[in-house]
Amino acid sequence: MDAHDTASPPLSRTPLHALHLARGGKMVPFAGYDMPVQYPMGVLKEHLHTRTNAGLFDVSHMGQIALRPKSGKVEDAALALERLVPQDIVAVPQGRQRYAQFTNAAGGILDDLMVANFGDHLFLVVNAACKTEDEALLRKELSSDCIIEVLADRALLALQGPKAAEVLTRLGADLAQMRFMDAGPRKVMGLDCFVSRSGYTGEDGFEISVPAADAEAFASALLADAAVAPIGLGARDSLRLEAGLCLYGHDIDTTTTPIEGDLVWSIQKSRRNGGARAGGFPGATAILSQIDGGTARKRVGLRPEGRAPVRDGAALYADTEAIGSVTSGGFGPSLNGPIAMGYLPISHGAVGTRVFAEVRGQRLPMTVTALPFVPHSYQR
Amino acid sequence: MPTLYTADHEWLRIDGDVATVGITDYAQSQLGDVVFVELPKLGRQLKKAEAAAVVESVKAASDVYAPISGEVVEVNDAVTGDPTLVNSDAADKAWLFKVKIADKSELDGMMDADAYEKHTA
Repeated sequence: MDAHDTASPPLSRTPLHALHLARGGKMVPFAGYDMPVQYPMGVLKEHLHTRTNAGLFDVSHMGQIALRPKSGKVEDAALALERLVPQDIVAVPQGRQRYAQFTNAAGGILDDLMVANFGDHLFLVVNAACKTEDEALLRKELSSDCIIEVLADRALLALQGPKAAEVLTRLGADLAQMRFMDAGPRKVMGLDCFVSRSGYTGEDGFEISVPAADAEAFASALLADAAVAPIGLGARDSLRLEAGLCLYGHDIDTTTTPIEGDLVWSIQKSRRNGGARAGGFPGATAILSQIDGGTARKRVGLRPEGRAPVRDGAALYADTEAIGSVTSGGFGPSLNGPIAMGYLPISHGAVGTRVFAEVRGQRLPMTVTALPFVPHSYQR
Repeated sequence: MPTLYTADHEWLRIDGDVATVGITDYAQSQLGDVVFVELPKLGRQLKKAEAAAVVESVKAASDVYAPISGEVVEVNDAVTGDPTLVNSDAADKAWLFKVKIADKSELDGMMDADAYEKHTA
């Protein structure tokens, strides 16, 4: 209940800032932006609304970057980007996107991102807190092959939930043919948008990049639909946690590799040992040896046995020995109970294993649980 | 005896030498949807300003500090059973615990309703 630090530097605003205020958004500092953590509906109802109807999220604080090949061939931009990520980018067909990570020399994760093939260039969406460093990395490492264009004049909106597609259809957008992880330029309400069928909630939904000047009118048109409510960062976090999705800076960071983070599924065979383009990204030695030989620890889902939430930073114990820690934790509204993710040794990482979290001097029992906590509803 | 308020957004209702303690409606509105409440053990000797209870929303855990020293003589099991009471009735049904006041002079300087309203304005 402490007041916010008033000595902090001025916060940036997204193109939807005035709309957040008009809608009664409770604004908080997040990654240098003044962002709505919740609206008058409240985090619980916003969360449940997204799971049953459609929620509109302002994610304009995230970085949008166009990677244009100097050769004119998108494969050259893909090959260049493969120098920075362990994913197969060359194999991403036009109109599709893929989840990726920028890695460091030790195999740690500098940021996680989405990469889409738009035919003549790649379109990247990166985390707000990392976007300055990401841009610098791209300029330093890829400028020989690519023109790096930060798309600062675009807003990014996410419409998530089982009614997201029908809402867009009602507004005349023909997006029904898209399936999960399709991505590309589309006309929506007459605007030049970049649309992907993806999101950060585990629900079906879309992320839509719109010109900043049109963002407020676009968002207002979506919010005029009775199925749509504005959703703040609070519910965004509880939704992604139930979906078992990583929050950069918490569940993954420079000290965790993609393998420890249980993201090995995101590294295609072509980049692994024996693959056509094995290695060739920062930290390849560490990451590829972990794929073959395993890791000492990994990210797991955790369910507290009681009602008390176990939060980020709580130490995890097996008997008396500290063996790991919680990296995300809170309350899952759809499960009506506390949930968490954290890192445990492989010896204690099997589903069903019981460990103890230290919370306010007490040891609370938790059970290792399969992720996601709430099944994904992607339209594949 | 009227209700007293602290700068930490707790209220106290005094009945003889027992203070009933809760958090204010302003505090619950700042916290948002409450999903968990942890109360002190019966018989615990509280020192003024130490963490006595915990109120957790979806997003965060907030300590409730003992507004006064003394022994915990009663806790509200209804609010641990249904934490949403804090949102629906912070000023009454969602009282948290009762303290047998050790030193009434610790009440000096607490706010009345008017002063608290100005404090949160």
